[in-house]
Parts: sequence; C-alpha cells; structure tokens
Amino acid sequence: MIEKEVTIKNRAGLHTRPAAALVKLAAQFQSEFFIYKEGFEINGKSIIGVMTLAAEQGSTLMLKFDGTDEDQAAHAIVGLFERGFDEV
Amino acid sequence: MTDKNEIVLHGIPASPGIVIGKAYVVAKQAPRVEEKAIAETEVPQELKRLQHAVDRSERELQKILQLTEQKVGSQKAKIFEAQIMILADTFLFDSIRKRITKDLRSAEYVVHREISKYQQVMMNSSDEYMRERAHDVEDVKNRIIRNIQQDKLISRFDASSIVVSEILTPADTILFSRNEVLAYATDMGGITSHAALLSRSLNIPSVVGLKEITKHVQSGNIIIVDGYTGSVIIHPTEETITRCNERKAEHLQFDTRLKEIRELTAQTMDGKIVQLCCNIEFSEEALNVHAQGSNGIGLYRTEGLFMRTENYPSEEEQFIEYKTVVEKARPHKVVMRTLDIGGDKVVSNASSEENPFLGWRGIRVSLDMPEVFQSQLRAMLRASAFGEVWIMLPMISGIKEIRKAKECLEHAKNSLRNEGIVFDENIRIGAMIEVPSAAVIAGEIAEETDFLSIGTNDLIQYLLAVDRGNENVSSLYQEFHPAVIKTIRSIIIEAHRVGKTVSMCGEMAGDPIALLLLLGLGLDEFSMTPYILPEIKKIIRSISYHEAEEIANRILEMKTEDDIKDFLRVNLHTMVPELLLE
Repeated sequence: MIEKEVTIKNRAGLHTRPAAALVKLAAQFQSEFFIYKEGFEINGKSIIGVMTLAAEQGSTLMLKFDGTDEDQAAHAIVGLFERGFDEV
Repeated sequence: MTDKNEIVLHGIPASPGIVIGKAYVVAKQAPRVEEKAIAETEVPQELKRLQHAVDRSERELQKILQLTEQKVGSQKAKIFEAQIMILADTFLFDSIRKRITKDLRSAEYVVHREISKYQQVMMNSSDEYMRERAHDVEDVKNRIIRNIQQDKLISRFDASSIVVSEILTPADTILFSRNEVLAYATDMGGITSHAALLSRSLNIPSVVGLKEITKHVQSGNIIIVDGYTGSVIIHPTEETITRCNERKAEHLQFDTRLKEIRELTAQTMDGKIVQLCCNIEFSEEALNVHAQGSNGIGLYRTEGLFMRTENYPSEEEQFIEYKTVVEKARPHKVVMRTLDIGGDKVVSNASSEENPFLGWRGIRVSLDMPEVFQSQLRAMLRASAFGEVWIMLPMISGIKEIRKAKECLEHAKNSLRNEGIVFDENIRIGAMIEVPSAAVIAGEIAEETDFLSIGTNDLIQYLLAVDRGNENVSSLYQEFHPAVIKTIRSIIIEAHRVGKTVSMCGEMAGDPIALLLLLGLGLDEFSMTPYILPEIKKIIRSISYHEAEEIANRILEMKTEDDIKDFLRVNLHTMVPELLLE
C-alpha cells in the first residue's frame, strides 16, 4: 500500500472536468485507489464520489493506492495532481 | 359505490367529452419512492430493469447533450456530460446492484437511497458550486428512477383508466396514448398547453389546471371527468352518475346532428365559401379529414415523430409517415409544418434556455441543422408524389429566413432530381405568421411565398408579452385584444393585396365565438382540431358573410376584449340559437 499527500494546484479545484480526468486515469490501474480529506473517504474510481470532494485550490488530500500496480498508479495520479490537471 | 363524500374540482376544459372511470394516478415531477421489499427470485428481473433504465437514461442524455452543445453552448452542455459520467460510474452501480441483491429492495428504492447519500453531502456543502452539482446528481437520480418506473407503468397500465397527474409532458401524452386512456385530469397546464392540444387531437377528454387533483385522488378511485365544463367529480354518488350519463347522451345527440352536414360545403347563407381544415399530429388522425368532412389538413405537426424516437428520425422513417398521412388525406391537401421544436415543445427534458420562447425554436433550429432540415424536406418532397403537399415554415421572423429556407428546398429538389426521384415540382411553400415582426411585414412575406398561415397561439403571446402557460399572467392572454384583431386584419389585407390566401391554424380558428369576426375579416381558411370542425361548419352554414363583415367592422371600433366578446356572443346566439356555448 502506498500513501501520498497532494495539494490541489489548479484554480478550479477538483471540479467536473478534472474529476473526470482523475477517474479515467485511475480506471487504467488494477489497484484500489482511495482519497481522504478531513476524515472523509472517497473511492477514487467513482466520479460521483470524487464530485462530492469540495477540493478547492490549495487544499490537501491524502491518496491511498493498494494493489499489484500501486507504484505505477501512484506515479501517474500524483503526476496528474502536480501538473494541476493540465489546466493551471 | 363508496361511502366517501363526493368532491367536485374545477379546472380548465381542455378536450371535450364526459367519462366515468377508474383513476390511475401518476406521480410525475419528483418521482416518489417507497421502500419496497422484493423476493430473491425477483432479483434478476430487478437488475435487468436497473440496467435498462440506466441505458435509456444515457441515450436520453446523449441526445440532450447533442442538442445543447449545438446551440446553447458547451458550458451548459457540461452539466449533461457530468450526468452521463455518473451513469458510467461502475463503483456506484456495482454497489447499487450489490444492495439490491443483498438487501432485497426494489431497484428504484436502492437507486434513490444510494445516490441521495452523495446528494446530501453536496447539499450540505458551503460551496455554492457544490450545491449546484447536487441538483445535477438529483436530476440524474430522478431520471433513472423515472425510467425504472416507466417500464413498470407500461406493463401495469393495461386496464382502461383515467390518467391523473401533476403535469403531462408531450412525451407522456404520447406514451399514455399507446394504452387505453379514457381521459386526462391534471393539476397544471392551460387550454393551449401542448398536452391539451394533444389530448384534443387524440379525441381524449381532458381537464387541466385542477391545481390539486393529485392530492384528492388515489389510483382505483371512481371519478368523472367532464371535458365540456372542466369539472372533475371524485367519489360520485349514484345520482351524479345518472345525471352525467344523461348529459353524455345529449352531447352524443348533438354530435349526430352535426354528422348530417358532413358532406356539405362550408358555405355561408349568402354564398361565401371558406375552407375548413384539420390540425393533426399523428398519422392515425389523418382519417379525420374525411370523417369530419373537412377540406384537408391545414396543419400537420411533424414533431410527433421526432418526440417518439430517441434520435432524429431518418429520411426514410419520415417519408413513410408523411406518405401515410398524404394517402389517408387524399384527394385533399396536407399542409406540413417543418420541425417546430423548442419553446414548450422541446423533445422530452431537453436543455433549458433562459427564455425558450424567445430562443432557439422553429425555423431557427432547422436552418442551424442543415442535415436534419434536408432530410425533412426531402421526405416531404418525396411524399408529394403521392398527393397534394404544401410546406409551411414555423417561427418566421423576416425575409432572410424564408430565402434561406427556399434555398434549402431547392437544394433538396436538386438532390432528388439527380437521383431520379419524382416529387411535385410546383410544391407550395408558405410561412406561419406568429412572430410580430412577420405580422408587420406580412405583405412582403406573402410576396415571397405561396400562402400565409396565422399561428394565433404564439402570435397573441408575443404580441401581448404574455406567457400563456404562466398562471400569474395567463388572464392577460386575450384572443380578442383589439391589437390582436387589428394585426390579423392587416395580415389578411396585405396577403390579399398580392393575391395570396391566408389561413389560421391556431386555437382561435376553432373558437365558435371568433368565427363571425374572422369570417368578416376575410380569412380564407380555418384549420382546427378535428372534433370542433362539424360545429364550425354548422355555424358557417347558418350565417351570412355580409353580416359577418359588418360585425367585424363594428368590432374594429371597440376598445376592450370584454365588449368584443359580449358583442360576438350575442350576435352568434341570435344567428345560431340552437348552439349551446359552454
């Protein structure tokens, strides 16, 4: 299991389009992917779940990856956060 | 019978007829969901219903998305994109399926419970954006639930019933009309709402605007719907039922007398002949042309076909439908209106515009979607090889639209010629006059077209700036407003000046009270809902054109709708005393 902390860099936060990009990327991996925010747990492969995260610019999330390809999954998804979902 | 007290509710009579029957109550806007246990053996069927509803919801949303993107813009379309993504959320639906299987609860209940959880989190957010998203989640939830329930509805609604609902969308009306509907009774809606128009064209009695009938009636209750007076009686006593049966018989008698004049011409006592035509929406109604003794179809609404299919119907599908109508109406003409979606007639649940009546509708949609327009024009042209077809353009606001539409028609004609397909080379094309700007330049429009047809419902609404569906202002919707009358007069004069005919296909054309006035103003053709046509013919055969002209001239000097209506009523009653105006 891998845990990573990320900060939301894009201005729109985790709204519909970035949420969709995140879910799509997560779906490419076998590993389970969860997002934690202020004690709230969300399945990172569920768009409706990610949509409920009112993640504004600057807020911090804990990402948890668990599975055979957790390294690749963590690398790809953390990368997406760091690039600000390519819309900074 | 029942030991409950009789309740009488008053609404707006939307389609005539008296019916006594069992009510079937449809919960509409926000579907109500109750916790319902299912047996283990029902699980596979429940899962199938869920999948079917999700698939159907996705198709609906894809269509709406496409429509929205094309015009309203991608910003609004994103809402539907997000909803489509929710439908594809495997995590969400895996857990819903799991809960159906393990908890043994109905699909709609589990959908409601599971999606509401997310909705609740979003609703409680302090972020406004998030709360807005909660509405999207609710929309998609309701859509799925509605689709689950709709499946049920079709299978369960087999006995002949009176449909009671809050509101009926055009799509509902069509859906229900596939079953045996005795009558409709709804909380909302006005006389000119699309559902009212539809029930009339389907010859199904209906009363709308009853405000709270859904609160008083439960499925299975015996109710009486009186589409003549607009009353609905719940738990009627034996005496009431007897009285209603007597009135029903009286009306039948009157109708029989009207049938006797079916084959006769619509000619006034002093020899003026006018054309009486039917407004129809479905090909099945086309036989009314003969049954009601009319001169043809003055308005064939083509939206019905578009509302019944999930995507735009193909040219071939349209051609088959149009050809059926033409063949049924032969030897009489069929005036086909090109697609008039938008405003209140939008394909079920399509995206909302801020101001739909001033928005993307009628010819505007057709000109923006050349492929859809071409397929419709080609289908109409092909149908014209089988009988007399006229093409009518809705929502024309200026000359440019007519010229563009005529170019499109030429293009369609050329493509057919190149393919060696025959059609009526002299097919007539006309404009609906329903936008005030078109009314002002009616003469110029008449010069560029073969005929004009006045669409009073929209013309009055635009002219008086009154939304006919808005209960707060609907009393300001006046067919006999002096401005309306002067506008109609000027349209007729201008068109006649350049030798073109004018018809009217709005509700007003079938209003007995308006008849004397319109006849006197020189209207050439009246196109109306088929059921009223024999009565209108009877009036025309009982009056004199010369007197109607005098009456119209007197009315042009009157200042208020009340005066005008009273004057018309008194005159009509004197000329045709046996007529019972309800």
